[in-house]
Amino acid sequence: MSDLVNATALATSVLFSVERLSVAFRRRRQAPFVAVREATFTIHEDETVALVGESGSGKSVTALAMMGLLPKYSAEIADDSRILYRERDLLRCSDEERRRLRGADMAMIFQEPMTSLNPVFTIGTQIAEVLRLHKGMSASAAQARCIELLDEVGLPEPRRALARYPSQLSGGQQQRAMIAMALACTPRLLIADEPTTALDVTVQKQIVELLKTLKTRHRMSILFISHDLALVGELADRIIVMRHGEIREAGETVRIFSSPRDRYTQALLQCRPRLDDVPSRLPTIDDFMVEAQPLFPLPLCGGGCLEGAGEGESPSPLSKGGVGEADGGLPSATGEKNKTLLLEVSNLKKSFFKREGSWRRHEIPAVKNASFTLRRGETLGIVGESGCGKTTLGLTLLRLHQATGGTVRFDGQEVLALSEEAFMPYRRRMQIVFQNPYASLNPRFTVGQSLLEPILLHRMAADRQTATALAFDWLHRVGLDRDAFDKYPHEFSGGQRQRIALARALTVEPELLICDEPVSALDVSVQAQILNLLKDLQAQLGVSYLFISHDLAVVRYLCDAVMVMRDGEVVEINDVDSLYRNPQSAYTRQLLAAVPRVRYQGSEIRDQRSGIRT
Amino acid sequence: MAAMAKAFHFPMSATVAVNRGNGFWSLAWQRFRDDRVGVVSLVIVAAFFVVVFLSALGVIASGWNEEVAIPDAPPDLWGLLKPAPPMAMESAAQRAAQRMGKEPSLEPLLPSAVMDPLAETLARLRGESDVLPESRVVDPLAETLRTLGAGDELLTTTIEKRMSLPFGGDRWGRDVLTKTIKGSQTSIIVGLTAALLATFLGTLLGALAGYYGHRTDDALNWFYSVFNAIPYLLLILAVAAVLQQRGVVTVILILGLTGWTGVFRLVRAEYIKHRGREYVRAAHAFGVPNRRILFFHILPNVSHVVLVNVSILAVGFIKAEVILSFLGFGVAVDEVSWGSMLNDAHRELILGRWWELLAAGGAMALLVTAFSLLTDAMRDALDPKIRVAS
Repeated sequence: MSDLVNATALATSVLFSVERLSVAFRRRRQAPFVAVREATFTIHEDETVALVGESGSGKSVTALAMMGLLPKYSAEIADDSRILYRERDLLRCSDEERRRLRGADMAMIFQEPMTSLNPVFTIGTQIAEVLRLHKGMSASAAQARCIELLDEVGLPEPRRALARYPSQLSGGQQQRAMIAMALACTPRLLIADEPTTALDVTVQKQIVELLKTLKTRHRMSILFISHDLALVGELADRIIVMRHGEIREAGETVRIFSSPRDRYTQALLQCRPRLDDVPSRLPTIDDFMVEAQPLFPLPLCGGGCLEGAGEGESPSPLSKGGVGEADGGLPSATGEKNKTLLLEVSNLKKSFFKREGSWRRHEIPAVKNASFTLRRGETLGIVGESGCGKTTLGLTLLRLHQATGGTVRFDGQEVLALSEEAFMPYRRRMQIVFQNPYASLNPRFTVGQSLLEPILLHRMAADRQTATALAFDWLHRVGLDRDAFDKYPHEFSGGQRQRIALARALTVEPELLICDEPVSALDVSVQAQILNLLKDLQAQLGVSYLFISHDLAVVRYLCDAVMVMRDGEVVEINDVDSLYRNPQSAYTRQLLAAVPRVRYQGSEIRDQRSGIRT
Repeated sequence: MAAMAKAFHFPMSATVAVNRGNGFWSLAWQRFRDDRVGVVSLVIVAAFFVVVFLSALGVIASGWNEEVAIPDAPPDLWGLLKPAPPMAMESAAQRAAQRMGKEPSLEPLLPSAVMDPLAETLARLRGESDVLPESRVVDPLAETLRTLGAGDELLTTTIEKRMSLPFGGDRWGRDVLTKTIKGSQTSIIVGLTAALLATFLGTLLGALAGYYGHRTDDALNWFYSVFNAIPYLLLILAVAAVLQQRGVVTVILILGLTGWTGVFRLVRAEYIKHRGREYVRAAHAFGVPNRRILFFHILPNVSHVVLVNVSILAVGFIKAEVILSFLGFGVAVDEVSWGSMLNDAHRELILGRWWELLAAGGAMALLVTAFSLLTDAMRDALDPKIRVAS
């Protein structure tokens, strides 16, 4: 079959051809950093190609090189590199020629729609500018075309949207406006750089659908850049997997999903938690890479390498994770009656007040009437889209926000009414790990200082010496070396920082740990490591987790029960299996349907293909 | 280009950064060292500080108030400019005897009438027709002693007066070089101390306002607005009038108490930004006391802003001191600063005596320029945004 596909692919004409593209960035006092190394691939007409890789894989740099948007003075493209657009070498064009091609023949949309739209101009002005520059349209003609475009990308009331400023639109609407702008001159190639990463799952699905429709309608090609293989499976014809600036594997989507040849691709497919398959432990990239490629240094893996290699239970690369769904539900099923209640929240309410004029205050409710319980040693997942109040809920429980109403009982004691002094012991018993590992550690403290402070503050050790020993012990437990103690946070990768943040929270031996999106800022491979670590620590320490996340697959992997929130309200709360198998509310069903699924989608693609081809 | 092209064929591990940097400050220092302009200005500023330190200890320039040369001795810049042999100035009687023989060659260069308006009067009072050029040396005691005819032995002691000085002399024959050094001491100490005072006030109030917000912020903002609503110079004059005395301390207080507002706004904004950061939240979650969060957790993170501001303010205050002294609100008459030197010098410029103006103005320009460049280099080195993630 693949021969047949290749033959048809060759039949359609090549639109873009990237040959031996190498890009290096100059650095002070150091050898240049090679971001892309001899990347070669083609994009045919009317084809969607996906570039997949983790951060630092060089996928965005490749796209920027194609657009000619790399910084001139710091980026250097190798002499023998060629980027051919319809037989014209873009790297040897004049700047003026390239400028004309950008926008008219190729357009790009970016990850953050909020920052890629100019906040001081209306949507209409910004789209009209493209039309007038490239097509020389009159103001009125440009406006008419704008309305058409906005209608096409599905913005409600396009005539009114024209006069809106970016800040008046939601994230999804902004991305639609961005797409409208990119489409303004009907380009032959649309480069989409992580266009849905900053968006919620349901919005992500809409945008992907929109891109698919537009592609068929305009018969254009799309280069879709993403870190998420599952998402890419929904729309790509071909997938290119990159790592550390090199192309690891390229092939038809069906082939990549059904029989990935490269170990890294296999790892990427395996280490992401899924909705339909819950292993007891996630395989990590290192499980695939370490023994296979001992020569390949992994600058980002840090302690994780040791952990992955040392653990005897790491599954063989191709096993689909031994434990099935029935086993995944076990912890909550067995001990449910015996475990004591740790946290009891009833009718918790938190509103923010905005001053309006000098007297009136406008109430903005963030959490309305949240009630739930959590037993010792269990994990409750809190799921919802951005703005649903899940983070506020976590902060309010720790009294980092002052609650507006309701009660929180921790181990039988009502804690919201306690004085700050009387609450101090509970500050030890309840801890939190934040989303952004880059912001949650004080950049001016060494790791040692960060760990010692809570130990000494809560008198977890008698003197400084035992405190230091304790800090070393915690570093070891989260899989970091001793020499991390004297280093500063900026010397660590995101995953390592998250380990440090975790160690810091655990130094005071909390009974409840609130994890506020602890893995959503991390790469897929690191995600798996941190999730495994969280699971191991719970088994060792018996700590309860309140796991806040927007990622339903991650929650499924880690949690015993799940609470779904929307607009500050609890929509549904149930144990994990019942919720995923039989969601009660329409909203939960909607959320679940929006999650991209590797395997299902893969088989769907195969069916479609075979239907078309044969 | 060739080197870059070669880089593509390096093994991957070779391109991984080997930068084993440690603390924030040592990284900043590494970046600072690369900045040639910054290093040169640091050397200049450091040299100024060494001179100021020595002069404050009295090692150098302690005799700035002594009249070591003839009035308005011209500069010779160690013989480069106009070599003029130093001449032993003897007592009036001996010089008078010498004058019988020959006219001093310097006579036309230094018209005594301009030099010493009192000379003619003195001569008339003494009933003598020949005006002694020596009376240019304003030494009323010598005159008195002579007329009293009391101690011939005193008259015969020779006072070494130089005819020229490296940087020239002022109206009373004081060495402009030592005066400039002493003036640097006053100006730099005033500028730096006032900058530290203003930065301390601004940082403290800004930290409190930014961190606590709400009522505290409102109150401090109100206080700030009151200060900012009064025209700056007027405020300075008002404080000067209230303090009722002139001197270094007064100038420091005037500048320090009026100059904190800019730092206040900056530090307040930084604290507002940092109080919502997750590391501060984490500290709250552990129950770390506010005092400690304010000054132990957040302050080091805004210290680069504070430091750069000390530097900016010091430059501003050095100039402000010059203006104040020039306007007559500055240091007392028995002290010398660049401002008072400029004040002295600007009246003499019309008489063609440019050296005092040049010395004071040049020293100030050099320091202020070096200091400003140093500030820029520091800001670049300390900016966390430029911190390269390797």
